[in-house]
Amino acid sequence: MKHLLSTADLAREDAITILDTAAQMAATQSREIKKLPTLRGRTVVNLFYEDSTRTRISFETAAKRLSADVINFSAKGSSVSKGESLKDTALTLAAMGADAVVCRHQASGAPHLLAHAGWLDSAVVNAGDGMHQHPTQALLDAFTMRRHLGGDRTDGRVGPDDALVRGADLAGLRVAIVGDVLHSRVARSNVHLLHTLGAHVTLVAPPTLLPVGVGTWPCDVSYHLDETLRDVAPDVVMMLRVQRERMSGSGTGGGAFFPNPLEYTRKYGLDARRLALLPPHSIVMHPGPMNRGLEISAEAADSPRAVIVEQVANGVAIRMAVLYLLLAGDDSTERAPIS
Amino acid sequence: MSTTYLVTGVAPLGGEQVDLLLQDGVIAQVAPAGTLTAPDDVTDVVTIDAAGLVALPGLVDLHTHLREPGREDAETIASGTRAAAVGGFTAVHAMANTTPVADTAGVVEQVWRLGRDAGWVDVHPVGAVSVGLAGEQLAELGAMADSAAQVRVFSDDGKCVHDPILMRRALEYVKAFDGVVAQHAQEPRLTEGAQMNEGVVSAEIGLAGWPAVAEEAIIARDVLLAEHVGSRLHVCHLSTAGSVEIVRWAKGRGIDVTAEVTPHHLILTDELARDYDPTFKVNPPLRTAADVEAVRAGLADGTIDIVATDHAPHTREDKDCEWAAAAFGMTGLETALSVVQQTMVDTGRMSWADVARVMSSAPARIGRVDVGPQAQGRPIAEGEPANLVLVDPAATRVVDGAQQATASGNTPFRGRELPGRVVATFLRGRATVLDGATVETAAEVTA
Repeated sequence: MKHLLSTADLAREDAITILDTAAQMAATQSREIKKLPTLRGRTVVNLFYEDSTRTRISFETAAKRLSADVINFSAKGSSVSKGESLKDTALTLAAMGADAVVCRHQASGAPHLLAHAGWLDSAVVNAGDGMHQHPTQALLDAFTMRRHLGGDRTDGRVGPDDALVRGADLAGLRVAIVGDVLHSRVARSNVHLLHTLGAHVTLVAPPTLLPVGVGTWPCDVSYHLDETLRDVAPDVVMMLRVQRERMSGSGTGGGAFFPNPLEYTRKYGLDARRLALLPPHSIVMHPGPMNRGLEISAEAADSPRAVIVEQVANGVAIRMAVLYLLLAGDDSTERAPIS
Repeated sequence: MSTTYLVTGVAPLGGEQVDLLLQDGVIAQVAPAGTLTAPDDVTDVVTIDAAGLVALPGLVDLHTHLREPGREDAETIASGTRAAAVGGFTAVHAMANTTPVADTAGVVEQVWRLGRDAGWVDVHPVGAVSVGLAGEQLAELGAMADSAAQVRVFSDDGKCVHDPILMRRALEYVKAFDGVVAQHAQEPRLTEGAQMNEGVVSAEIGLAGWPAVAEEAIIARDVLLAEHVGSRLHVCHLSTAGSVEIVRWAKGRGIDVTAEVTPHHLILTDELARDYDPTFKVNPPLRTAADVEAVRAGLADGTIDIVATDHAPHTREDKDCEWAAAAFGMTGLETALSVVQQTMVDTGRMSWADVARVMSSAPARIGRVDVGPQAQGRPIAEGEPANLVLVDPAATRVVDGAQQATASGNTPFRGRELPGRVVATFLRGRATVLDGATVETAAEVTA
């Protein structure tokens, strides 16, 4: 496969190749000169239909560090706001010779359509589509978990270690993903990828924020955060962002997913007390941007366990790896291992 | 002087072979196969060797979107009714969600007249229940009933008459002229932004869910309302196992309710959404395999009275886009009979006589078009109007949207092999389709 659309399509070997490549990329980023010549002359288009400064900047940084030419196409400043169809935009990008299109879209399946509708030949990277998938987020999460907790640590080693974890998966790791699973592409992407890598996932949310049909996913589901922290003793706690509009629901009354922010924080927020329940080695993650005081307290966000800022740095490495594997393999007989 | 047709060796409702003489708009003679010859005093006689073919009464669709007036880029009354003839239909009920909405005598008479001018099938306009389909104020149901179009079926289809008091009033009001309210059962608050069936597939692919309960809750409410006011209710495109159960319960209680299922809900499931191809985006959405089995069982045991196409043509630009941006609906007139054959007849669950019931006589009776000089859905017997379709059940074909008579290409069966082929269609003795091809009408020739 020449695209990265969903973590459900990634085989274990492909995922590990991406993680290992990202580790190599990360190593280059501590040098004084961070730029690699690998994708010189290639064009990467960031096609963003949804506001997302951090994801766009991460992809842009990744592409530029690989010397690709980067074009940022955001729906607001383009003809999209005047009603150009996705198809016509895709045809335009194809005519301009985009080698890769990084697509963020509010409609689930839009990147899938770009990849398969026959409109363009470029590699398509899903940078988040509706409530469906955000595969590079899951990959950077897995990368972060692996370097902190992966590999053979029977000798008691702690802390990030890229050499130790090379080639490793996440077998046996216990991960709790907490919050708005229903609307979260991050949760969907992580459930598939972490399962593929051998981790054990528990989703924790109020029943209103879990999709009907979640029972078929390869994970456990809990309505109670305290119970999960106590019984599962997770190695990783990943807090999901709660969108403000979920609190009021749409239309008039009754459609809110929980009574009010205070009750949500009481039952599902990661506060100092819950932080203290975690095993000593556990790490705290959040895809950002955080609502401090709602799903995560300042104590948790700023604690030494939090790897939230590191996730951002790892995001660049993962996106460099993905672009490299999708594009650099093109010229040789060896195809990129992401398929 | 119209052509007389001698149809030899045909099997009415799949039974004993007979010869049929179609003359002056009626079935003039029915005789054992091989015994009938063309009358000597008639010169213009065409003999059709129909050995191996099944004759059914002309099909009647209670649920067709012809899009005219307003969206002639997707379908016109002429193109849609031509597609209907190709599919074996001799009458269609044209849904009211046009632009302008068919909520006045003027609009329904226009649709009725355009249908008559086209000449492919009888077009019976459906009147809107509420002004502008807004669900707030009753449209002039009486004026539409009294108009030349003689409207008897009223529906806000595409939208649900969700306000219970408006639904009650509509059910009561149409009793004055033996009308029926055909409800699009969709609780609006439970389906805000909904894109597909809510379940395992929607959870995985991240499309907002349309829960079965949003359909079932309205049907449950409406059968109780119909019972309370002693009116008759028709349930459009029922799609879930729970809906079948509720209608079964209501019929057992003696409530005057009828129900329809579409061909696509008899065969397709929500698994088809996985590739985000909006061809499969439809309202109500494609459901699960268990629901498909339940509607087949309901159709076989008579809980579901009829098959209706919900033929919903859309332009390419309304389907060649993101799933969430695409229009709901799929075409069906030219594939309906084949889907019913594949799912119900070839599986042994229904006979051809049952097909004639669910696709002709029962929908004609629900629409109150089964009597009078333009009667539809009648038996194949001497003296009856010669509305007939001849089907070759042994034939197969691969569906190609580009080859269809409908002006739109959004068939969900593209590339799929389906059994059965409509060989000929007769509207009151006049062939609209012969040898699988349309016979241009006088209106078409002069156009």
